[in-house]
Amino acid sequence: MSIDKKTVKHISKLARISLNESKISSLSKDLSSILKFIEQLNKLNTDQTKPLTSIIHASLKSRKDEINDGKIRDQILKNSPKKNEEFFVVPKVIE
Amino acid sequence: MSNISEFTLSQIVSGIKKKEFKSEEVTESFVTNSKKSKKLNTYITECFDQAISSAKKFDQKGDYKGLLSGVPMAVKDLFCTKNVKTTAGSKILNNFIPTYESTVTNNLWSQGAFLLGKLNCDEFAMGSSNETSFFGSVINPYGEKLVPGGSSGGSASALAANLTPATIGTDTGGSIRQPASFTGTVGLKPTYGRCSRWGIVAFASSLDQAGPMTKNVEDCALLLEAISGYDPKDSTSIDAKVENYSSYLTEKIKGLKIGIPKEYRVDNMPSEIDNLWKKGIEYLKDAGAIIKNISLPHTTYALPAYYIVAPAEASSNLARYDGVKYGHRAKGNNLIEMYENTRSEGFGDEVKRRILIGTYVLSSGYYDAYYLKAQKVRQLIKSDFDKAFKDVDAILTPSTPNSAFKIGDKKDDPISMYLNDIFTVPANLSGLPAISVPAGHDKNNLPLGLQFIGKAFGEQTILNLSLAIEKRANFNKNFKVWWN
Repeated sequence: MSIDKKTVKHISKLARISLNESKISSLSKDLSSILKFIEQLNKLNTDQTKPLTSIIHASLKSRKDEINDGKIRDQILKNSPKKNEEFFVVPKVIE
Repeated sequence: MSNISEFTLSQIVSGIKKKEFKSEEVTESFVTNSKKSKKLNTYITECFDQAISSAKKFDQKGDYKGLLSGVPMAVKDLFCTKNVKTTAGSKILNNFIPTYESTVTNNLWSQGAFLLGKLNCDEFAMGSSNETSFFGSVINPYGEKLVPGGSSGGSASALAANLTPATIGTDTGGSIRQPASFTGTVGLKPTYGRCSRWGIVAFASSLDQAGPMTKNVEDCALLLEAISGYDPKDSTSIDAKVENYSSYLTEKIKGLKIGIPKEYRVDNMPSEIDNLWKKGIEYLKDAGAIIKNISLPHTTYALPAYYIVAPAEASSNLARYDGVKYGHRAKGNNLIEMYENTRSEGFGDEVKRRILIGTYVLSSGYYDAYYLKAQKVRQLIKSDFDKAFKDVDAILTPSTPNSAFKIGDKKDDPISMYLNDIFTVPANLSGLPAISVPAGHDKNNLPLGLQFIGKAFGEQTILNLSLAIEKRANFNKNFKVWWN
C-alpha cells in the first residue's frame, strides 16, 4: 500500500500538525517508502503467535496510596508560554 | 597538568581520591578543551562556570566517598536537569527549563559528579547521524565531514575528543552503540528496567534505556554501577541487585559460550566488517571462550517491526507537545490551529515523519495490520533470543553494517538511514543488554565496533567479554586534533 496525499492530510489532522502542499507531497513519498519497508512483515505468518505486550516478567510493585508531592503549582506553571495567575491560557474555545 | 583530559574516568576518579590532582584542575582541563572545540558542535548548553564552582566546592569539602567524586560530566540533552535548559535537540523544547532532575543524572550527582553541560543529539533521539538536531549536525573527531552517528552523537563526539571524561546517552534502537562504534568509544545499553527512565524525554517507552558511554570497558563498568537501580518513580524499572560491575570486571572468560548468529552476515556488508567479526572470534578463542554457530531466524524482521513499534509509541509520547504547558508556542486563530501550527513549527522533518507513521499504524482500521502484527513479530524475535540463550552465554555481532558516513549522505533517504541500526535494534525489541566495543579500523582509518548481546541482567558477562576483546584488539585513537 502507499500513503497518498489525501491520507497524509488525514493523518496530519489526527496528529495535529499543519502541512503545506509541498510538504504533503514529499511526506507522501517518504511515508510510502517507509510503509513498503515495514510491510515486509506480511511475509511472516503470525496466526499462531501471541503479541508481546511487555518485556518485563516481574509483576508491578504496589506502593502505599499516599500523597508524596503536591503544592508545586508554581513549578508546573513556570514553563508555560502563556499564563494568567494560576491558569494556563489558550485561545478561546467557547463563544 | 595539561593532559588530564586524556585520562580515563577511572584514572581521574582515582587521581582525585589520591589527591594527585584537584577536581578544579580536572574541570579546568575539560572546560578548556570544550571551549576550543566549538567546531564539533557537541554542546547545546554549556555549564562551565557552575562546573568550576562545583569543583572548587568539592575540593574544599573533600568528600571522596562517591564512585564519581569530583568528576565533571556532560550528558545527552535528553536528560532533564533541574534549572538547566533541556531541549531534546528540538525547537519545540528550546525554552524548556525543567524544575526537576532525572533519576539517572541524580544518581551521577549523588556519586559525587557534577554537570559540565548538555550535549547535542538527534531531535527527540530520532536519528542515526545527529543531523536531525535543531541545533545542527555534530562533527565526528575522525573527520571534518563525518557524522558521529546518532542519536547520542554529541555525547560520542565529546567523549572521543576528550571534552568530557565519560558521558551518558540513551538507546532506543542503537543510539548509544552506533555512535560509540563510529567514534571508537565504548557504549552500553543496559537491560530494559536496569536504569530508571524517569525524567528522560520519552521517545519509545518500551524500548528506551539510558546507558554509559566511556573511553574504555573499565570506565563503562564503573559508570553503569553508578546509574543503575530501581526507582519507584519508573514502574518499569526492576528491583534487581546492582552488581559491583567494576570490582567483578575480569578478562577471564574461559569456558564462556559465545553464539555467532549467521543472520547477521548481511548482503553488501563491507568485507572489513566481516573480517573484524572473524578477528573478534579469534580473540575470544584465544581467551578460552567456546564459539558456537547459532541462528536467530527472525533477525531480518527486527527493523521493520521496530519502525512500527517505535513511531507508534513516539506519536503517543509526543502528543504532549501542544504549546500549552511548556515549550514553543505558535499563533493560531483558535485552539486547534494553535496546536497544529505549534507542532508544525516546533518539530523537524524526521520527527514529523515518525509521528505521522505512528499515527497511521495506530489509526482506525490499521491497528491489527501493523501494530498488532509488529508486537507478534517482536515476540518471535524475543523467542529467537530465548532459545539461543539456552545454549550460549552471549552473542557476538558487528555493531554496525558500516563505519561513519559523510554528513548529508543519507539525509534524504530515511530507509538507508534506518538500515544503520540493523544490528542494534533486536536487543531493544527484546529488552536485552548490549555493548559496542571498539575493535579495529577500516581502510579509511575509521573505527569499527563489535557488539555483544547478553542475557537479561547479564551486563557483567558482556563487560567481561568486552574487556577480553579490548585487551587483544589494542585499539588506538588514530586521529590528530584538527578542530581547535
